[in-house]
Amino acid sequence: MIATLGLAALWLAAALAVLQLVGAIVTLRRADNPLGAVVRSVAAVQGGLVAVSFACLIWVFLETDLSVKLVSENSHSLKPLLFKFAATWGNHEGSMLLWVSIMALGGACVALFERRLSEPAMLATLAAQAFVSIGFYAFLLIASNPFARLDPVPAEGRGLNPLLQDTGLAFHPPTLYIGYVGLSIAFSFAVGALITREVSPAFARAMRPWVLGAWIFLTLGIVAGSYWAYYTLGWGGWWFWDPVENASLMPWLAATALLHSVSVLAARNALRAWTVMLGVIAFSMSMVGTFLVRSGVLVSVHAFAVDPLRGQFILALLAINIGAALTVFALRAASISEGERFALASRETALVFNNVMLSGILGIVLVGTLYPLLAEAMGARVSVGPPYFNAASAIFAVPMLLVLCVGPLLGWRRDRLSRLTWKLWLPLAAAISAAAIALTQGVSVLSALGLGLGAALIPASMLPLVGRNLRTAKLPLWGMVTAHLGVGLALIGMASDSAFTREKLIAINVGQTVAVGPWQIKLARIAPVAGPNWTALEAGIEASYDGATPIKLAPQDRAFWAPPQQVNHSALSTRWNGQLYVVLGQQAEDGRWQLRLWWKPFVILIWLGGLMVALGGLLALLGRVASDLRRTIAIDKIAFRRKKQGR
Amino acid sequence: MNAPAIKPAASRWVLWAPLGLFALFVGVVMVALLRPADREIRSAMLGKPMPQFTLAPAAAGLPGLAHADLADGKVHLVNFFASWCVPCAVEAPQLAALKAAGVDVVGIAIRDRPEDLAVFLRRHGNPFSRIGADNDSRVQFEIGSSGVPESFVIDGKGVIRYQHIGVIQSRADIDAILSAVKEAGA
Repeated sequence: MIATLGLAALWLAAALAVLQLVGAIVTLRRADNPLGAVVRSVAAVQGGLVAVSFACLIWVFLETDLSVKLVSENSHSLKPLLFKFAATWGNHEGSMLLWVSIMALGGACVALFERRLSEPAMLATLAAQAFVSIGFYAFLLIASNPFARLDPVPAEGRGLNPLLQDTGLAFHPPTLYIGYVGLSIAFSFAVGALITREVSPAFARAMRPWVLGAWIFLTLGIVAGSYWAYYTLGWGGWWFWDPVENASLMPWLAATALLHSVSVLAARNALRAWTVMLGVIAFSMSMVGTFLVRSGVLVSVHAFAVDPLRGQFILALLAINIGAALTVFALRAASISEGERFALASRETALVFNNVMLSGILGIVLVGTLYPLLAEAMGARVSVGPPYFNAASAIFAVPMLLVLCVGPLLGWRRDRLSRLTWKLWLPLAAAISAAAIALTQGVSVLSALGLGLGAALIPASMLPLVGRNLRTAKLPLWGMVTAHLGVGLALIGMASDSAFTREKLIAINVGQTVAVGPWQIKLARIAPVAGPNWTALEAGIEASYDGATPIKLAPQDRAFWAPPQQVNHSALSTRWNGQLYVVLGQQAEDGRWQLRLWWKPFVILIWLGGLMVALGGLLALLGRVASDLRRTIAIDKIAFRRKKQGR
Repeated sequence: MNAPAIKPAASRWVLWAPLGLFALFVGVVMVALLRPADREIRSAMLGKPMPQFTLAPAAAGLPGLAHADLADGKVHLVNFFASWCVPCAVEAPQLAALKAAGVDVVGIAIRDRPEDLAVFLRRHGNPFSRIGADNDSRVQFEIGSSGVPESFVIDGKGVIRYQHIGVIQSRADIDAILSAVKEAGA
């Protein structure tokens, strides 16, 4: 019943998307067409219907309705409630419904709240959004129906991959998806602007909050995903350059570049064609990433259900959407004027540099991810790993971060570098001393470079506040400072993790003590424990930092029974200066227990910095939305007064 | 909006470049997508005789393994495994099923320790009639195996007839091996 309702709502929403597209196109051709008046409402209702459909899917998962094929394949009546909930999107069909839901809700939000765009630009944007949506509706309804039924109804479900039964998973994919799919709005804005030839600062100001919103979620999703992989996989690493990780990094890089270029367009009416291009690229990267990981063309540790037919379907969607957008770009971009000029020493130049470097990293990641495919097409088999990605992306990242120290201090249009020299002493001194101290500790050159750059970024990112009245400084400025500070902190975390981590893999008896870094680790006991759908051996660890009172840690070796799988559940202890990471392994023949221990100084800064980057985005977004609101209210007041006077 | 300094942003062909690159991308992935689903690295040794080797016994009570043992007129299933390999433990029931179906299963333990191996066999059962200790992965490399677990069907003349990469997991995997064994024996 609920499943049928969900499916019906989905079909209706798809029909409305067609109406939205047709209505917008005919109105763009003849402005007095009556359909034009309903396009916004249609977009809003479409969003509502998809939300109903998604709520229905959550419902059937929560009550474990095993007559729904998707539920019986991915859930189990014994599973904790939170994971039944998370199982809704922990599979292909559910995640595609989530994708379409976010896309439709995004369209609805634009229809309801966007006030800066002209009517034709708005119609063109909603037409583009509907065009992209229709393809995904077709994919969902034809090739991945989440509400497909089973007859006869099975007695029990198959369960969810135990690795995915984690609180982190409940929120990681939706966050990431809001980011991926949120970029579809920037895509539609860009296509709409190309169609109506309205590439202007007003367009940039209209697009900016939507880009910011998607970018914040994307940042949070990547940070959460990285931390989740770090503590559930038990490998002690936080980034693996896996195709699925790259799939989330590529849209983020493009969106980050877009965020900066849109500021140039909004403030200075420059970088016009480039900004529109990035708007198209960012969401294209979301689609390419989705295709690469869902179609099975790339082999990844994130094993999604692979179905070649689905792969072909997504590839066709991809080719149509991106192909159409790039064709419109090629046809229209020549008629977009270049925009304002600027001098070499200016904020614009620094932002252009940022864009070129981010694009460079994007290219490196894209090529590295696709290279195995390309080589395979030529008959060779290769895999591309961290040595390539780390070194190649550093080529672009290091100059970018250097310019990041200076760029925010420069004025728009034309500035003198000599004006800044006195300000740059502090970052320079910080960089040199940090790198020098690191090198005397016998750290590798790349790590020392990272530490030095991070140390420089922390004071440098705060310099734009110097000489300002902090009480009147605008929120977007605080946002920029916070985000750049976050970049510096994350960089220090990364470099410190690679430079100072102490690792130990040992087998010890109960009662024995072992040292890792400044820690004394005692294996006090091993005891069996049971959870709702697993049993485990739990180690009682007493860890003492530098002779202090021991703290208790309890890593587990869990055995799930639906489906059967062994999972290491690591235990972490976080201090201000680092993190202790303990994994319990197998028992050896002689009764000793394997333990993997890591002491990772300042590793937590990686995610803390990442969160600050997202927080910076949030501050900027709040500032922009607040000023938009003030503007809208002011315009309404004027309109109201005029009306009164006219009467 | 009065746009000043109007000048084409770039020459026209540059504007088509993104579309061209994208078409290239679609072409490459299309090739990858339409290519047969078989994505595994096949050993170049299929159809060739086993390399010469003599491996010491890896577990107490079971003989070791030499290439001569495999050319004794009977079909053998050679299973590369290790006690440290979790998927190998997953594979144990399927190997037991193959043994029950009359297949002679011999093991080659990769970089393993006798005490670990004894625990492994006690915990997961022993389907093997012989286990050779390949402590430096020499035989593994020579036969062109990429990892553990991996299994090869060897006919009575010691020629490699079939390769299964990864865990023998499903009924279909078992059936494929059984039919390869039958074919090799024919």
